[in-house]
Amino acid sequence: MNTLLWIIVALAVVAALGWAFRFAGQMVTGNKPYFRDMPYAVSFGFALGAALFVGGVWLYLQPPANEAGVPRASVVFWRWAVHFLIVAAIAAFIFRLLGRAVGTQASRKIFRQMPLTAAFGILVILIYGFAAVFAGLIAPYGQDQVFSAANVVPGGDPALGGNPDFPLGTDQIGRDILSRLIYGAQNTVGIAFATTLLAFVLGGSLGFLAATLRGWVDQLLSRAVDVLMAIPSLIFSLLLITVASAWVSGTGLTIAMIVIIAVIDATRVFRLARAVGMNIVVMDYIEAAKLRGEGLGYLIFKEILPNATAPLLAEFGLRFCFVFLTISALSFLGLGIQPPLADWGTMVKDLSAFINYAAFAPQIAASPLLAAGAIALLTVAVNFVVDWMLHRSSGLKE
Amino acid sequence: MNPVLTIILQRLALGLLTLLIVSFVIFTAVNMLPGDFAEALLGQSATPEAVAAIRKDLNLDQPFFVRYFSWLGAMLTGDLGVSYAQLNFQSNMGASTLKTVADQIAPRFANTMFLAGVTACIAVPFAVTLGVLAALYRNSVFDKGVNIATLTSISSPEFFLAYILVLFLAVLNPLLPSIANIYQGISFQDRLVATLLPALTLTLVVTAHMMRMTRAAIISLLASPYIEMARLKGISPLRVIVKHALPNAWAPIINVIALNLAYLITGVVVVEVVFNYPGIGQLFVDAVKNRDIPVVQACCLIFAGAYILLNLAADILSIMTNPRLRHPK
Amino acid sequence: MSDRPTLVEMRGIKMEGRSDETWTPIIKGVDLTLQKGEVLGLIGESGAGKSTLGLAAMGFTRDGVRISEGSVTFDGIDLLAASAEQKRALLGKRIAYVAQSAAASFNPAHKLIDQHSEGPTQHNVMSKAESEADGMELYRKLRLPNPDEIGFRYPHQVSGGQLQRAMTAMAMSCRPDLIIFDEPTTALDVTTQIEVLASIRDIVEEYDTAAIYITHDLAVVAQMADRIKVLLKGDEVEENETREMLSNPKEQYTKSLWAVREFQRPQKPPVSTDATPVISVQGVTAAYGKIDVLHDVSFDIHAGRTVAVVGESGSGKSTTARCITGLLPPRIGHIELDGNTLPLDYRQRDKEQLRQVQMIYQMADTALNPRKKIGEIIGRPVEFYMGLKGREKRRRVEELLDQIELPAAQYFDRLPSELSGGQKQRIGIARALAAEPKFIICDEVTSALDQLVAEGILRLLADLQDELGLSYMFITHDLATVRSIADEVVVMKDGNVVEQGPKTDMFQPPHHPYTDLLLSSVPEMDPDWLSTLLAERGADNIGDAAVDKMA
Repeated sequence: MNTLLWIIVALAVVAALGWAFRFAGQMVTGNKPYFRDMPYAVSFGFALGAALFVGGVWLYLQPPANEAGVPRASVVFWRWAVHFLIVAAIAAFIFRLLGRAVGTQASRKIFRQMPLTAAFGILVILIYGFAAVFAGLIAPYGQDQVFSAANVVPGGDPALGGNPDFPLGTDQIGRDILSRLIYGAQNTVGIAFATTLLAFVLGGSLGFLAATLRGWVDQLLSRAVDVLMAIPSLIFSLLLITVASAWVSGTGLTIAMIVIIAVIDATRVFRLARAVGMNIVVMDYIEAAKLRGEGLGYLIFKEILPNATAPLLAEFGLRFCFVFLTISALSFLGLGIQPPLADWGTMVKDLSAFINYAAFAPQIAASPLLAAGAIALLTVAVNFVVDWMLHRSSGLKE
Repeated sequence: MNPVLTIILQRLALGLLTLLIVSFVIFTAVNMLPGDFAEALLGQSATPEAVAAIRKDLNLDQPFFVRYFSWLGAMLTGDLGVSYAQLNFQSNMGASTLKTVADQIAPRFANTMFLAGVTACIAVPFAVTLGVLAALYRNSVFDKGVNIATLTSISSPEFFLAYILVLFLAVLNPLLPSIANIYQGISFQDRLVATLLPALTLTLVVTAHMMRMTRAAIISLLASPYIEMARLKGISPLRVIVKHALPNAWAPIINVIALNLAYLITGVVVVEVVFNYPGIGQLFVDAVKNRDIPVVQACCLIFAGAYILLNLAADILSIMTNPRLRHPK
Repeated sequence: MSDRPTLVEMRGIKMEGRSDETWTPIIKGVDLTLQKGEVLGLIGESGAGKSTLGLAAMGFTRDGVRISEGSVTFDGIDLLAASAEQKRALLGKRIAYVAQSAAASFNPAHKLIDQHSEGPTQHNVMSKAESEADGMELYRKLRLPNPDEIGFRYPHQVSGGQLQRAMTAMAMSCRPDLIIFDEPTTALDVTTQIEVLASIRDIVEEYDTAAIYITHDLAVVAQMADRIKVLLKGDEVEENETREMLSNPKEQYTKSLWAVREFQRPQKPPVSTDATPVISVQGVTAAYGKIDVLHDVSFDIHAGRTVAVVGESGSGKSTTARCITGLLPPRIGHIELDGNTLPLDYRQRDKEQLRQVQMIYQMADTALNPRKKIGEIIGRPVEFYMGLKGREKRRRVEELLDQIELPAAQYFDRLPSELSGGQKQRIGIARALAAEPKFIICDEVTSALDQLVAEGILRLLADLQDELGLSYMFITHDLATVRSIADEVVVMKDGNVVEQGPKTDMFQPPHHPYTDLLLSSVPEMDPDWLSTLLAERGADNIGDAAVDKMA
C-alpha cells in the first residue's frame, strides 16, 4: 500500500509542476501563442519527462555498494543500462559520420538523411553478420568444449569466483559462455536467415503467381493459406514438430524445424506478396504489357518484381525478426535448435536460474540476460532499420 | 433480410467451416505418425494393456475418414480422450481412476483464461490510451519516445521481458512472486498476486503491438476530410474527437484489440513456461515434449478455436459498427 | 461594389510546405482583398497554391504547411495572432468552407441534418429544432429533391451532386459573412455540375455572402465571380473584374489560358460508303458478372479518322474500349479489324493483331513502369514486335522520341518520375507509336493534364494522324476536346449509344434530348451563359432533374 501511496503523491507533484511550468512559460514569454495554446496534457508530459530524467540521474549517481560492501544491484544494473545506451549512441553517431564521409554519392546521401536509430540498427546488423561469419576465428573455445571449471562467475575477477580465462564465466557443465554466445550468432542467426529465405522463395513466388494469374489458381492458394493462417503459428509449429520428432532427432529435428517454420511463415509472405502484386497488376503499364502479348515470365520478373522490391525488403526484415523470435522461443522451450549446436534460446533456459542471485552478485545474473539481450538487440536493430525504410518509402511525413 | 445480418451469418458460417477444416488439418498431421508409434512411445515400460488401449483409441483398423469423424464427434461431445502418460501411469501403477484429457485441461483452461483476462484488463485501456495520445501528438518527443519503446518491446523475446521483470519486481525488489503458485481453492487476491507478473509480461508484449496499430488507425482517421471539415466548422477539439472521430474509430480499434487478444494466445505458451504457470500453454509444451498425442491434439484445437473465434468476433464487430452497412441505401 | 467595407485583407502572404525535413515555398507573397458580399474567383493550374491560399484566408493551415510571413485580417480581427478559441468562434459561424469532395467531407456516421445543425447549436446561433427547420428551408432553396426528408439520410445514401448542395447548405447554416468554395464541382459530371453551380450562385446572392471560389475551370469561374485572381506556382499573375479579365487579359500567361479553347481541326470530308473501316464494333453487349453494362453498341472507325466517344462517368465509354482491346470479351457481338473478325479475348489474338490496336492511358503515372528507363519503355515494343536489337533499336527509339518532340539524348536514360505530366503522356504516345499500329485508343488522355499541356498533346496527336494516317478512338467527357479533335462523335449514356454522326452535325440542332442536355451543360466563357441558360430552360429543366424527366 505504501508504494501505491508514494506513486499517487509523486503523480500529484508532477501534475502541479506541469501546471506551474505552463503558467511560468506564459508569464516569462508574455503569453506567446506556444504557451498560451498549450494543452494541459502537454505541459504535464513535459513535467513527467523532466521528473523521470532527474530520477534517472539521481539513481545513476548513487554509490554502487552500501557501507558493508554489498552491491546495490538496482544501481549497478541502471549504470550498465545507461553506459550501454551512451556507448550505443556514440557508436551509432560515429558510424553515421563515417557513412557520410566515405562511399559513393548515393550512399552518402542515404546516410545524411538517416536517423540515429537506423544507423545504430545497421551497425548492429553488421557486427552480428561479422560474428556469425567468423565465429570460428573469434571465439576463444569451441561451442561444445567442456572444461572442468563449471559455474565460473562472469567478470573474470578471481576474488568474486571468476576466472580471467572465461571472461563471461562458464555454464553448469563447464562450457565457455563467451564462445557459446559467439557461436550462437552463427547458429541462431544463420538458421533464422535460412528459414526466412526459404519462406520468401516459397511464399513470394506463389503470391506473385496468384496475383498475376488470378482465377482458380488464386482462389485455391488463397483459401489454403486462409486455413493455415487460422492456426496460430507457434501452436502449429509445435504440433508439426511433435510429429516430426517421431521420425527424426538431433540435427535432423533442427532441419525439420527449419522446413516447418518456413512453410508456416510462407503463408504470411504469400499474403503480402499477393497484395503487393495485386496493387501492381492493376496498373496500366501491366495492362499495356499484357495487351502487347508478353508472357507470364516477363510480366512477373520484368514488370512486377522490380516494383515490389521495396515492400518485400521491408517485409523480409520483419519476417526475419518474427522467425528469429519463434526459433528462439522454441529453443527456449527445448524444442528448437538441438544440441550440440550452441544457441541463445537454449542458453537462456539453461542459465535462467542464475537470475535469482542478482541481489547480491549482479554479474552472475548478467549471463542469462546477455543471451536473451543478444536476441533482443538484433531484432531491435532490424526493426529500427525496417521502420526507417518503411518511413522513407511511404514518403509520408507521419 | 437485413444485409448486415446476412453478412454476419455468412461470416459465422465461414468461421465454422474454417474450424472444421482446421480440425481436419490437425487430425491429418497427427495421423502422419508411423503406425507402431504408440508402442515405440511407451517403450519398454509399456504394458500390453496400455498398448491395446492406445490401439483401440486410435482405431487403427478403421479407414482414415471414419477415424476422423469419430474423433470429431468425440471432440464435439467433450470427450477429448485419455492422455498417453495417464494410460501408462495407470497400467504400471494399477491406479483405479483415470484422468481424461478433459479433466486435465479444464482447470488449466480456466487458469489461462484468468491470465489472459487480467492481461487484457491492463493492456487494452493502457494501449488504446497511449495509441490515441501518440496519434494526437504525432511527431512530438513523446511520440518518438513511445515509438522506440514499443519497437524495443516488440523486438524482445517474451522470456527476455519476463526475466527483466522477474529481476526488478521479484529478485531486486521482492514485490511479486517469480513462480506462479496456483493451487486449488486459492483466494481471488492470492490468485491475482500470483498471476500479476506473467500478466505484466504479456502486457508489455501486447501493448506494444496494440498501441502501434491504434496509433496508425487513429492517424489515418484524423487525416480524413470530414475531420478537417469538423475543425473548419469551429467545433471544439474534444467534440471533434468524441462526436466525429470516435464513431468511426470503433471498427479499427475493436479490430486491433481482437487481433491482439488472438496474439495473446501464442504469447501465453512461453510466459506460462517461464513462470511455471499451471495453464494450458504449459500443459501443451509438456505434452509436445512427451509426445502425448491426445493432449497435443486437444490443446491445438482449443488454441486454434480461440484464435478463429477472436478473429471472427473482430470481423463481425467491425461490420456492425460500419455506418454504411448499418444504414443501407 | 467598390464602396463596400473590406471583409478579408491578406497582405504579403508567404507559405511553406514541409518535404524531406526542409520547408519549401508554396505561396510566394500574395495580397488579397475581399469586400463584403463580393465573390472572388481564385484560378490556376494544379500546384498553383489555390486551396492553400483559400484555407489561409480562414486562418487555417493543413499539417505540414505553415504561414511564414504576412497577415490575415478578417473584419478587423488579426487571424494569425488570434488564439485557437477566438478562431474557433469565427469558423463555421462567420467563415464557412465547402470542400471539393462532399462524399469524403461528410461524416459517414451521422445524418446530414445532424451535421447541418451541429454548427448553429455549437455556436449558440439557433436551437436544434430551429436549425433543422432552417436546414430544410435551405435544402428547398438549393432545389434538392424531397427537402423535408433528405436530411434524415446518411451521406452514403445521397448522390454526389446532392451532397455538394447539402454541404453548401451546411456552410450557410449560421449565415456566415464568408464562404470558401474549394473546387466544389470538379468531381461532378457536367450535367450535375450545372445544377450545383446554379443553386450555389443563387443562394450566395440571396444572402449577400462574400465568397472565395477556387477552381481550375475558367468557364465556371466566369459564371460565379465578380472578380478573378489568377495564380501561377504560388505567385499572383493578375487580378481584375470578371468581364474586363475575360475580354482583355493583360499578362501573357492569362492570354495563353484564354487561347486554349481556340484549337480546332477542320472537318474532314465524309468517308466513301464502301470503304472498309479499320475498326468496326458490331452489336457489342458486354457484362461485368451478370449485369450488362453495354447494350448492342455499334460504330465504325475509318482510316485516318478520329471518333470521339462522349459520355459521363458510368456511360460505358471505357468498357467499350476494353471490349475492343479484348480485355473484356463481349457477351454478344464482335469486333472487326480491317474487315476481319478479331478473337474476343486478347489472349487468343496473335502478335500482329495485338500490334495493330494500341492504347494511350489517362494517368501517365500508372501507365509507365516507374522502374524502367524511357529507352526501355519505348524500346520494348520495338524489340518485341519489330525484332530490332542493339543499335538499330536505339536508333528507332531516338526516332520515336524525335516524333513526340522530346530530345532523345536528354531523355533516353531518364526514369518516368523525372518527367512532367505532359512529358510522361508523350512517352505513352511514343510507346503506342513504337508498335506502328493502325489504330490507337486514347482514353481520356488529356483530362489529368493542365489545359496548356493538354493543348500540346492534342496538337501532337493531330499532327501524328496526318503524318502516319492513324485512326483514333478518343474517349472523353470533355466536349471542348471533342470540338477540337474529332471527326465523328458517338454519344453514350448508360451503356447505350444515344446518337452518332459527323462532328458538324452533332454540334448543330436538332439532336437527341440527352445530347442537347449534355451540350448545353458545358459552361462557356461568357459570364452571362448561366443566366441565359436558366432563363431559356428553367431551373428545373437542367441537371439530374432533366435526366430523370427523359427516363
